[in-house]
Amino acid sequence: MIQRTPFANALTYCVMIFGFLLLIGPFIVIVSGASQTFQQVNAIPFSFMPQDRLLENMGAAWSRAHLGTAMLNSFVMASLVTVGKVALSALTAFAIVFFRTPLKGFFFWMVFITLMLPLEVRVVPTYAVAADLFQPVRLLISAVTGFEVSVDWNLLNSYAGLTLPLIATATGTFLYRQFYLTLPDELAEAARMDGSGAIRFFIDMLLPLSRTNMLALTTIMFVYGWNQYLWPLLMVTDPQYKTTMMSLVALLPSDNGTPDWNVTLAGSLIIMLPPLIVVAVLQRWFVRGLVATEK
Amino acid sequence: MADIAIRAVRKSYGKNPTLHGIDLAFASGEFVVILGPSGCGKSTLLRMIAGLEEITSGEIAINGKVVNRLEPRERGCAMVFQNYALYPHMTVAGNIGYALKVAGVPKAERLRRIEETAKIVGLSDYLDRKPAALSGGQRQRVAMARAIIREPNVFLFDEPLSNLDAKLRVTMRAEIRKLHQRLSATSIFVTHDQVEAMTLADKLVVMNKGVVEQVGQPLDIYHRPASIFVASFIGSPAMNLFDAAVDVDNACLTFGGTKMVIDRALAVRLGARHITVGIRPEQCVVAPEGVSIKVDFIEELGSGRVIHSELNGHPFAATVDEHTRARPGDRVTLELPLAHLHLFDQETGRRIEIDLAPRAARNSASQQTLQAV
Repeated sequence: MIQRTPFANALTYCVMIFGFLLLIGPFIVIVSGASQTFQQVNAIPFSFMPQDRLLENMGAAWSRAHLGTAMLNSFVMASLVTVGKVALSALTAFAIVFFRTPLKGFFFWMVFITLMLPLEVRVVPTYAVAADLFQPVRLLISAVTGFEVSVDWNLLNSYAGLTLPLIATATGTFLYRQFYLTLPDELAEAARMDGSGAIRFFIDMLLPLSRTNMLALTTIMFVYGWNQYLWPLLMVTDPQYKTTMMSLVALLPSDNGTPDWNVTLAGSLIIMLPPLIVVAVLQRWFVRGLVATEK
Repeated sequence: MADIAIRAVRKSYGKNPTLHGIDLAFASGEFVVILGPSGCGKSTLLRMIAGLEEITSGEIAINGKVVNRLEPRERGCAMVFQNYALYPHMTVAGNIGYALKVAGVPKAERLRRIEETAKIVGLSDYLDRKPAALSGGQRQRVAMARAIIREPNVFLFDEPLSNLDAKLRVTMRAEIRKLHQRLSATSIFVTHDQVEAMTLADKLVVMNKGVVEQVGQPLDIYHRPASIFVASFIGSPAMNLFDAAVDVDNACLTFGGTKMVIDRALAVRLGARHITVGIRPEQCVVAPEGVSIKVDFIEELGSGRVIHSELNGHPFAATVDEHTRARPGDRVTLELPLAHLHLFDQETGRRIEIDLAPRAARNSASQQTLQAV
């Protein structure tokens, strides 16, 4: 870059290798551990050499933690969250950028502020609402009329419950807003002159133009959705709706049971794969979308 | 084909007024150029006709129908933008045909019309390209084709040539003119370039600071500018302007250190007041008698040269033919023919409609007494 001396080069490589090992280290432990036998994985010192027992261990993990349903659930949840987030943030940013509405600045900043309020912070009120959707309505009715109405509708143990509270996203809205702001005003005006209405403009112009942006967001949000732990733990009691992150617990050796870490590691490897694949496939777009130079 | 009437149109952004009551009428098929410095409100006016900008008060009628509340698509206008505003993800064909697609024209007909239109602007070989793979001139053509294909009643051009290089600008200017002759739709062309304005316009509208300064044929405006602003804005190099005083008793104008005898009757009509006298550089004549100036520097134009100097502290330019030899530092004597002097009232800035060299006196104009003080 600035200086190309052998010493500088060596130093650069040292730093790079150190960072690489730091990031890849745990992954190596998982891969090698997952392919070893029960004895090998418990041997001291730990051997980093992968062995040939990977498929057996994976099979054991799959059946022990019922990973079939869990993977499906996680996949559905992550996909719904992703689609919902991308669609919602594209539309929210559209409303914020392209319409001259009073208070739009206010709304944007309100959305923006929630960036600082992750789900973990607002988990209790969110749970209260999700567990009893009609609570506010009921309160209102009883306050106004004095009658107690009993309507019971909640989102517990459902895909809707797993995904809906996660869909609102300030990050996505912000990303989309920044992208829309780079488009020249004349583009919207030309479309208006050509007779296109707002929705048509959104579909014909903004969606195709924001493709890289959308794929970048998809990557982030899929991984985010897949990695959710706290929220599914609250919303789901029915094993039918368990997600992979919850079944990780089932893979952990119990306190007094056999310490078969090889199965646990094989299970984690399975669970890691889908986001890995998504990132691997979309990473090219991911980088481009975040840098956002292509228009 | 449509006529356009603009009646008492005002525009303000919040409390800032940008247009102060515009009244204009354009006949069907006319090529109108709106000329003015940047920030004079010319683009705003155009955008209000297009429907992209709300009209604060007053009304705009196209073909006798008030369009204040109509959406752009319902007004029958097509617009060419300064930066072209092509849809970057669509091919040339997609760009040209988008309006038809929105209007729900069946695909076969759409393709036929896209090809026809592309032929008019010479883009037939580029239909599959994306705008990014086109040159500036080609992009400009796509923008025009996109307007043409809609067969609009009114063409609106918002400084469409300002992003092109000088040579291409001349070519495109000619093409726009040809196109207008062929389609004969009413066209409104906004520009700050007076050459574009003079060459394209049937009718020229000069605007400044949100008001219309003058409307007329280009030559009329050149020969009889209605205000000091128009006089200084149109013509290159700009008109020489001097503060002047009318001396009724001696029947003469004093300006720029010179005294110029005028008809006594005219002097009485002018009255003792402060006026501005203007003369175009190209109408100063090198003569044995007249105003003597010292040459500061010379601009060569090829067909002639412009002598820059000062007259009583005012910058002064005169265009002379290529045979006149002069060097910086030389003194040149120029005659300022009375017939070509423009007079403006200093208070209102408007033209004073007086012919300083009435027909009878015109023969002796060259002998007009004109002395350096």
